Amino acid sequence: MGQIQLNQVTKSFGDVQVIPPLDLTIEDGEFTVFVGPSGCGKSTLLRLIAGLEDITSGHIAIDGKDATDVPPAKRGLAMVFQSYALYPHMSVRKNIAFPMRMAGVPEDEQKRRIEAAAKALNLTDYLDRRPGQLSGGQRQRVAIGRAIVREPAAFLFDEPLSNLDAALRVGMRLEISELHKRLATTMIYVTHDQVEAMTMADKIVVLRAGNIEQVGSPLELYHEPRNTFVAGFIGSPKMNLFDGAEAQKHGATTIGIRPEHIDVSKTEGTWKGRVGVAEHLGSDTFIHVHDTGLVDMVTVRITGDIAARHGDEIYLSPQLDKLHKFDAEGLAIR
Amino acid sequence: MARSATTKRKVINTTAAWIVGLLIFFPILWTILTSFKTEAQAIADPPIFLNFDWTLENYGVVMERSNYMRFLWNSIIIAGGSTILGIIIAVPAAWSMAFVPSKRTKDILLWMLSTKMLPAVGVLYPIYLLFIKLGLLDTRLGLTIVLMLINLPIIVWMLYTYFKEIPGEILEAARMDGASLREEVFYILTPMAIPGIASTLLLNVILAWNEAFWTLNLTAAKAAPLTAFIASYSSPEGLFYAKLSAASTMAIAPILILGWFSQKQLVSGLTFGAVK
Repeated sequence: MGQIQLNQVTKSFGDVQVIPPLDLTIEDGEFTVFVGPSGCGKSTLLRLIAGLEDITSGHIAIDGKDATDVPPAKRGLAMVFQSYALYPHMSVRKNIAFPMRMAGVPEDEQKRRIEAAAKALNLTDYLDRRPGQLSGGQRQRVAIGRAIVREPAAFLFDEPLSNLDAALRVGMRLEISELHKRLATTMIYVTHDQVEAMTMADKIVVLRAGNIEQVGSPLELYHEPRNTFVAGFIGSPKMNLFDGAEAQKHGATTIGIRPEHIDVSKTEGTWKGRVGVAEHLGSDTFIHVHDTGLVDMVTVRITGDIAARHGDEIYLSPQLDKLHKFDAEGLAIR
Repeated sequence: MARSATTKRKVINTTAAWIVGLLIFFPILWTILTSFKTEAQAIADPPIFLNFDWTLENYGVVMERSNYMRFLWNSIIIAGGSTILGIIIAVPAAWSMAFVPSKRTKDILLWMLSTKMLPAVGVLYPIYLLFIKLGLLDTRLGLTIVLMLINLPIIVWMLYTYFKEIPGEILEAARMDGASLREEVFYILTPMAIPGIASTLLLNVILAWNEAFWTLNLTAAKAAPLTAFIASYSSPEGLFYAKLSAASTMAIAPILILGWFSQKQLVSGLTFGAVK
């Protein structure tokens, strides 16, 4: 069981308040992702939940019990760090055994759990090696192994994949998602990568400057961003946002349209522009269109092929039912 | 061209290094050589280098005249004891300064080091009086405490530098894994810092072994270590260079051998952090 509740939690370093009063509930078994640009306080928030940082005011409850002043060792949470933070002087086996040793789990039970974890994480052949002799991906698995054997109330991941190369990252992303499906334990995952957030999360918490900008499922955030920040942050490539006359036409201060919701034609359309760079991904093509008179660059996503050469004239038509409208404060008009 | 220039450079550097090394080692070599001479040869003018009648007589006399083993034993207890005691006190101090620094941590470190700049004789009188009051004069316990205290700043500084190199996340991981503070220091920090602790240990054993000011001033007979043993041969009864040299050789031999076997550890310890 691992429901985590934050109640009016704040954090200041000296005079600088990095987390203004914040309320958040993470339900038991949920995969929650904290996402935001670097410096938005997402890692600090995770460390507050872990107990590695003291909160300045407010309360944290784990499983309905107040944990505000409980030391990290006693919160029953497991954490996977960005740097893996393995114990370099211990073998993989001893690394994984460490939390159980601290908890006083009987030897044969320790052995059973280590073997089960090693099997699940493909580490059986490496149990007697030191972390220094492993690759990045293997080290990450050891860190996860060390977290799962203690059967925690919740897992905390602090940008665990950012040190891995792109191919491994996709693989580990799937492994972590599968782990969550299998264990059904609460997981909190911090990342600055919105692709990770979209693909893994049950619930995404978008943070900016310590404030929660929006909480919702990946598709809620994609379809109904609460403000221009979330609209611009979630989705890849980014949503096109325009101010000015074009927006006023739709009764808004700012309008947004995602690259995939713009129709392209060589002969007619709402906006006229000139083709800049076209990025061909095979399945999709992203075309950057300039000289539309709206903003510097409009990104358009088209499936399949279109003979769009650099410098060609092109017509763009937004799908009006997919248009996002925002008021002067940047909040969505519904 | 470039190759011959670098070869030339290498030769010059190697020669220079050997000259410096020999210059530093020469007094020790001369002491050892003199210890095997007769008293007349020891003060001969011009000095005799190797061409003398090698004799062990001085060692015999020294062994006969003083109880070498007792001095040696005192030195071992005082040097070893003060170092181990110092490390036990310095590990938590360095831990807190490296991992939970406050605004004043740097100041405290500098202040501790500044005590090393005080001339020892400046505090001799108060410490001497304290020792009389506490009954610590001429005791091994007293000397162990004093040497621990004077070397403590260096021990803390060295450990602090080693601990600084250990990523804080690893200690946080231990905390998340349920380790108490004691377990964190015992199972994670200390084993990871073993190379650093070992070189700190070695350096401080050497410093304590060679310490002469306090060991000479605070002991008389019972607790006197090897420094006092050497000093007893530079007596006003006359110049006995050969016997003095024999005593010196006997006093420095243990630490020289220890240093020889651990030089790799010492060098890597002293350059730790510098080459990276």
